[in-house]
Amino acid sequence: MTGTRISGGLVVLLLIFLTLGTLVAVGLRAEDLSGLGRRDWAAVRFTLWQAALSAAISCLLAIPVARAFSRRQFWGRGVLITVLGAPFILPVIVAVLGLIAVFGRTGLVSQFIGLFGLEPVQIYGWHGIILAHVFFNLPLATRLILQGWLDVPAERFRLAQSLNFLSADMFRHIELPLLFRVVPGAFMVIFLICTTSFAVALALGGGPRATTIELAIYQAFRFDFDLSKAAQLALVQFAVGGGLAIASLWFRGPRGQGAALDRVVSRRDGSVWQDALWILLAAAFLLVPLVMIGVKGLWGVSELPDSIWPAALRSVIVALVSAGLTVALVLPLALLAQSLRKGGAAVEAIGYLSIAASPLVMGTGLFILTFAWIDPILLALPVTVLVNAAMSLPFALRALMPGLTQAEADYGKLALSLQITGWARLRWVILPRVRRPLAFGAALAAALSMGDLGVITLFANPEVQTLPLALYQLMEAYRMDAAFAAALLLLTLSLAIFWLIDRGGRVDVDA
Amino acid sequence: MLTLDNVTLTQGAFSLVANLSVDAGARVAVIGPSGAGKSTLLAGIAGYLRPTSGTLSIEGREVTSLEPGQRPLSILFQDSNLFPHLTVFQNVALGLRPNLRLTDAEVKAVEAALDRVGLAGYGNRKPAALSGGQQSRVALARTLLRERPLLLLDEPFAALGPALKVEMLDLVAQLGDERGTTILMVSHDPDDARHLCDQAILVADGRADAPVATHELLDNPPDVLSAYLGKK
Repeated sequence: MTGTRISGGLVVLLLIFLTLGTLVAVGLRAEDLSGLGRRDWAAVRFTLWQAALSAAISCLLAIPVARAFSRRQFWGRGVLITVLGAPFILPVIVAVLGLIAVFGRTGLVSQFIGLFGLEPVQIYGWHGIILAHVFFNLPLATRLILQGWLDVPAERFRLAQSLNFLSADMFRHIELPLLFRVVPGAFMVIFLICTTSFAVALALGGGPRATTIELAIYQAFRFDFDLSKAAQLALVQFAVGGGLAIASLWFRGPRGQGAALDRVVSRRDGSVWQDALWILLAAAFLLVPLVMIGVKGLWGVSELPDSIWPAALRSVIVALVSAGLTVALVLPLALLAQSLRKGGAAVEAIGYLSIAASPLVMGTGLFILTFAWIDPILLALPVTVLVNAAMSLPFALRALMPGLTQAEADYGKLALSLQITGWARLRWVILPRVRRPLAFGAALAAALSMGDLGVITLFANPEVQTLPLALYQLMEAYRMDAAFAAALLLLTLSLAIFWLIDRGGRVDVDA
Repeated sequence: MLTLDNVTLTQGAFSLVANLSVDAGARVAVIGPSGAGKSTLLAGIAGYLRPTSGTLSIEGREVTSLEPGQRPLSILFQDSNLFPHLTVFQNVALGLRPNLRLTDAEVKAVEAALDRVGLAGYGNRKPAALSGGQQSRVALARTLLRERPLLLLDEPFAALGPALKVEMLDLVAQLGDERGTTILMVSHDPDDARHLCDQAILVADGRADAPVATHELLDNPPDVLSAYLGKK
């Protein structure tokens, strides 16, 4: 009990330091708070409207796709729904490269319309950023909205059929209310995610009309070493993220986990061909870029520079350590949140704080606090590990809490009557019950860390290059064959590391 | 050996006053309408619910403020008596050593307890590989090892079939007699009460009364009970 309190309390302090403490550190360094310039405000405006547009497009397109999934059973449906969860662990820079292969100047789309004498399309700029955001968030929106569809009791659809509802009646009486319930929450989540976009904007944006706040922080720090500006932008970013996080609490989104997505509501309304078309389009939009990575990557393997292998090794180590650290942070935090009768919710909320925080601000803050004493190059990887673990924490916590509450409800009394306490309780009662969600959280952390192109860019240096950074630099140098091969390597490693750790939590689990 | 002196148990708007004592070695049924507070009474005795007033003592020692695990009693719940991820042996061994670090003598004691309930050789299985009756036997084996003078049964055999339930009640009676264990059993089945318990406590109208002979209570039930039992 006291052990739980102490270790949980330490995690709370660490998280407050990482999210708020680093913000203060950056703020104190800011010598003159003369206010932001025109270009900075342009970045703030761009961040907000591109996020709103990305979220709106994702949700609008997700509605017909989710409806098609909800009422059609077909071969490969389960696999496709699993694939809808994949963008979450897909390295951003890999997806961007895949999109370039399809929508870039020499991509598939440009080649196809070139047959009709049309000009090639251009992916760099604000529309490329939105395209990439839709690529990442259309699957998320689809899953959230599909969940809403499946939460409607099957009896209601049967009743509608017995009353001879037409498609329009079905839409008005059943589907419209459910969309009103589900879509605002999905929109807010995606809006929030898109306001913290960095890697997409780094690769596809830049320039006055396509710079997000995060990218502006990076530029202020890396190019101008203007800490005041970085600090002010960091404060704006935190206000935007925090404000949206609080706002999104008002929308009770659908429960994203638990309930099975494999159920199909049997319905006879609507056009099969229309549903098939939506599913095909969505699948093509998501899968073709990844297939291009596979094909072009294999083609370019011989072009890989030797330096890619040490970078890959570094990334694997960063991912594994980060996953371990996430577990070491989330477990005491969750146990503390669970054991406190009052204040448990507040402790849990601190675990979600890093959603609103910016990894670049954390990195900048840690740099400011330490660079007088320690060589930044030495700290690059440890800082990356720490920041990645903090950024993964909300997802790990979200996965862990329900299992922990369940274990406590089912076996807390029995443990109490047998006087199983302290370490023995953790070892024999709690851990075996939460192995699966804990491993899932660790797997997520490893995959996110593996593909992360965020805080590491602040310290970009050949000695501490990670695989995503090496890939980005190959793209910058227009060594596209090598870049595709590196992307294939990164994709393979990310998926493999996720699968291995997640699987570790599943084997030999009883009841 | 068990005395409740003006013990008041409160759960939300519901409250129950218990004023009773139970003799050592007695087997007492706890009977009453649904929602009258039978399980609340057991939760109070076991220590999951602290009384808002009154004192509770077991074997002459006051236990009102002791933690559940420190009280001289064992309890079997309706379900979740076994950890599904631990083997039968480990589940029983938890009764001796919560950290599962057993000496050779303790290992022998666990095996002897399993033998006593007819489950010798089942130690390496997981609960899911056992029948409902066998799972109940594992839980009983653990109470044997703990050697506490009071055993509380909160309908642990409710999910078993009639024949199996009688078999388990007989086993409880047998093990109880061997050790002189005092037994308190919540039941909604009058036949179970008659079978195992010579005495019964009536829980109704926010009160738990002193034990009386089971057959008298069931043969001439007061109004609250006869409405629940549903026969004349």
